[in-house]
Amino acid sequence: MILETARMARILELVLNGRRRFDAVPDNLLLLDYLREVVGLTGTKTGCDGGECGACTVLVDDQPRLSCLTLAAGVNGQCVDTVESLAQDGRLSAVQRGFHEKLGSQCGYCTPGFIMASAGLLRRNPRPSDQDIRAALGSNICRCTGYVKIIEAVQYAAELHAGGVAP
Amino acid sequence: MSESAAGHTIGAYVPMIDGPEKVSGRARYTADFVAPGLLAGRIFRSPYSHAEILEVDVSAASRLPGVKAIVTGADCDKTFGVLPIARSEHPLAREKVRYRGEPVAAVAAIDDATAKHALGLIKLKVRELPAYYSSKQAMAAGASAIHVHRPNNIERDVLFELGSVEQGFREADLVREASYDCAEVCQNQMEMHAAVAHYDAERERMTVYASTQVPYYVHLMLAQILDMDMSRIRVIKPHVGGGFGCRTEALNVELIAALLARKAGGSVRLMINREETFITHRGRPQTDIRLKLGMRKDGRITAVECECYQRGGAHSGYGIVTILYSGSMLYAIYDLHNVKYIGKRVLTNTPPCGAFRGHGTVDIRFAFESLLDEMASELELDPLAVRRANYLTAPTFTDNDLMVNSYGLPQCVDWVEQASGWRARKGKLPKGKGLGFACSHYISGASKPVNWTGEPHATVKIKLDFDGSIVVLSGAADIGQGSSTILVQTVGEVLGLPLSRIRIITGDSEVVPKDNGSYSSRVTFMVGNAAIDAAQNLKRVLVAAAARKLEANPEEIECLGELYRAGAQDKGLTFNEVVTEALKDSGTITVTGNYSTIPQSHGGKKYRGAAIGGTMGYSYSAQVVEVSVDEETGVVNVDKVWVAHDCGKALNRLSVEGQVQGSVWMGMGQAMSEETAYHEGLLVTGNMLDYRVPTIEDSPPIEVGIIESNDPHGPFGAKEAGEGSLAAFLPALTNAIADAIGVRFNTLPVTPDRVFAALEKRRRARNGSAGNASHADPR
Repeated sequence: MILETARMARILELVLNGRRRFDAVPDNLLLLDYLREVVGLTGTKTGCDGGECGACTVLVDDQPRLSCLTLAAGVNGQCVDTVESLAQDGRLSAVQRGFHEKLGSQCGYCTPGFIMASAGLLRRNPRPSDQDIRAALGSNICRCTGYVKIIEAVQYAAELHAGGVAP
Repeated sequence: MSESAAGHTIGAYVPMIDGPEKVSGRARYTADFVAPGLLAGRIFRSPYSHAEILEVDVSAASRLPGVKAIVTGADCDKTFGVLPIARSEHPLAREKVRYRGEPVAAVAAIDDATAKHALGLIKLKVRELPAYYSSKQAMAAGASAIHVHRPNNIERDVLFELGSVEQGFREADLVREASYDCAEVCQNQMEMHAAVAHYDAERERMTVYASTQVPYYVHLMLAQILDMDMSRIRVIKPHVGGGFGCRTEALNVELIAALLARKAGGSVRLMINREETFITHRGRPQTDIRLKLGMRKDGRITAVECECYQRGGAHSGYGIVTILYSGSMLYAIYDLHNVKYIGKRVLTNTPPCGAFRGHGTVDIRFAFESLLDEMASELELDPLAVRRANYLTAPTFTDNDLMVNSYGLPQCVDWVEQASGWRARKGKLPKGKGLGFACSHYISGASKPVNWTGEPHATVKIKLDFDGSIVVLSGAADIGQGSSTILVQTVGEVLGLPLSRIRIITGDSEVVPKDNGSYSSRVTFMVGNAAIDAAQNLKRVLVAAAARKLEANPEEIECLGELYRAGAQDKGLTFNEVVTEALKDSGTITVTGNYSTIPQSHGGKKYRGAAIGGTMGYSYSAQVVEVSVDEETGVVNVDKVWVAHDCGKALNRLSVEGQVQGSVWMGMGQAMSEETAYHEGLLVTGNMLDYRVPTIEDSPPIEVGIIESNDPHGPFGAKEAGEGSLAAFLPALTNAIADAIGVRFNTLPVTPDRVFAALEKRRRARNGSAGNASHADPR
């Protein structure tokens, strides 16, 4: 099985969390599995059987993307950011701080997806309204919080961002 | 972090101690333990609802290169189950399959593609049997038994009458009866089930990483299924992506992973997908309820007669406990005296149900609070006044011997009345808008653990060594509810030390004391009290050391956390100096704290199973829900929720708010959109689009009022906060819809098509002959 798929592999070149990488990847490898199983960045989560929950959201050239519906080969030449990229010098980013301090995260499983979708939002819209936040996070499912504190977390992150903290 | 200098954090807003890991992607969940050489596991599931197994042919699959092990029912003749009295489930079916999706065989292979290919080569030969998908079908005369020891397919029959309902109904001014149908719902926690099992063939030891709420049960069931001595098993609970009850039982996933690992002599990661996670189920059963209430003109309830049928699925699971909770928890919220309960837990050919947040109480509360609202309206009473006419007076024991020591329900009702502007706004909202009200309650841990061993209910250890750091050791499973944070806060509070000095280790059976687990909202109450006891024991050791060093009596020592002194004039000793002195006696200090419930809290003996429902403290909740109904489309929008929760004492206000909001919202999902649906036993809602979970765009602001009734037994007065507010949402919603459009929904979930159908029916009735369409009958 392994040999059969390996014949269909190609070289993937990308900038992953700020570092250039080259990997040989099978054509049918999902970006999600590339990140988790090949690179070992397990912060990005699998929560469904494809495109239902948003837990696997990463940024591709700053745009939120479901890594479970994206082929690894399809991000060739692009910049991919995962939740592991956000902290600066070991300190939490604005969105991370918001989710931590405002309890936007309970079990934490959906959190990386929510954080990346929120970081994408703040990168393109640093002062989002409540409605902007709801729209940007509308395809992410959280089963713990009821979303109330997630909205507060993103609002707080926007304040921190306005004060100069990276999203 | 809002922490005072002395380290006192009880009652503050304290972020979770494991928050930084969760927001940075460093928190590792079971499936994240990727390692070279791990084998990939996959499960072959039954495509039949009910069938006798004639042959499971794995010969072709086992010849596939890369397949390292295949297990079937032939590899394990042991049974498992959460209740010691009802263990009838095999990890892999033997002799019979009883629901579509039941595991029949499993494969471990060098990679997932190979494992998947191997599943396609397994051949299952069966003789199909008649299958039953509803309680009614399964109980019908002549139905064949799903389990031989349950010939009528009734897992448990409950009947009690306390007082006289006949007398009670005679005393009533109004008697009403209604039927309710609540769809089956599933926890659908974000982390799909997974297990990683490492078998050390050389030493004959098994290590299992499991996404569980109760590592202890997993340990017990692994020993039983593997027929291994418990001392050879180690269970590790990493971060867990939610549970809501489905992980309070050992699941077939971790048991199958272990069987595979042992047979392969290696390490297996078994990750099941979302559809399989739905099929593994253990959710809330589809429930039919018939409820009859008697009420006096002043709102006083004179009699309750409740009949409840739960479609339990193919195995016992928690079923006996669920059907008992539904009866016992009619009590402990209002002052009731003439109560009759008839409960039947039914076996059917659908995935097994289990304990879902608010275990056993939710559907019954929906029925009860709905009928109260309807009767209040008929008697032209304010729904709040009806509740006020039926309050308990704590401390008291209910007729079924449940001990109620603290009772903040009146304060909850007052709070939501104020916050929602109930008096000014009720009945005065524009067309299509409405307000609804309801109450609910829950236990703070079952007073008697499922596995009664005579040990204390909870045990916590604390270690203190030369470095002056406090290490708390607890088996309590933090599954995202924040229990580790609460335990660290608790220890810090007693010792007056900042949280930065305190660490906690949980979730590894090799290190931590056994714990009865994170279910029925027990951890804060039981383990919190054990943590207080442990911290007090440590404090005694430190005070004794300080007294010796300061040449004073222990009673004279003042403990200020980082400073111990003998009187205000004494410059005293730093914490590290006290530790150094204390270590002279014993070297590394370890102390134990225990907590045991009191016998009065164990429920009664008036009927079989009457212990179920017994707890040390009940939480209470009141809710007001505001809705807008679009009469053209049937879409209901929840505009706002006000909820007050009596948690005794908020140990961490941030956490209490988060738990209460999450509960309310989960109730909203059940009330408005969630339903597992089957076509002849085939799950047709096995994904998050068809099993419709509310998104952030559907979800309302939820304003939380924290009511503190200071329970005399609770840790610092605390009771539970994570379940009691779920149930009230459901009836508060349907009561609000009735207020908005005059139609009452007794069937859940209240989806737009059901609302639309009910409104259409009413329109037709109004256009045609006069008729009363105030009850929707959408099915």
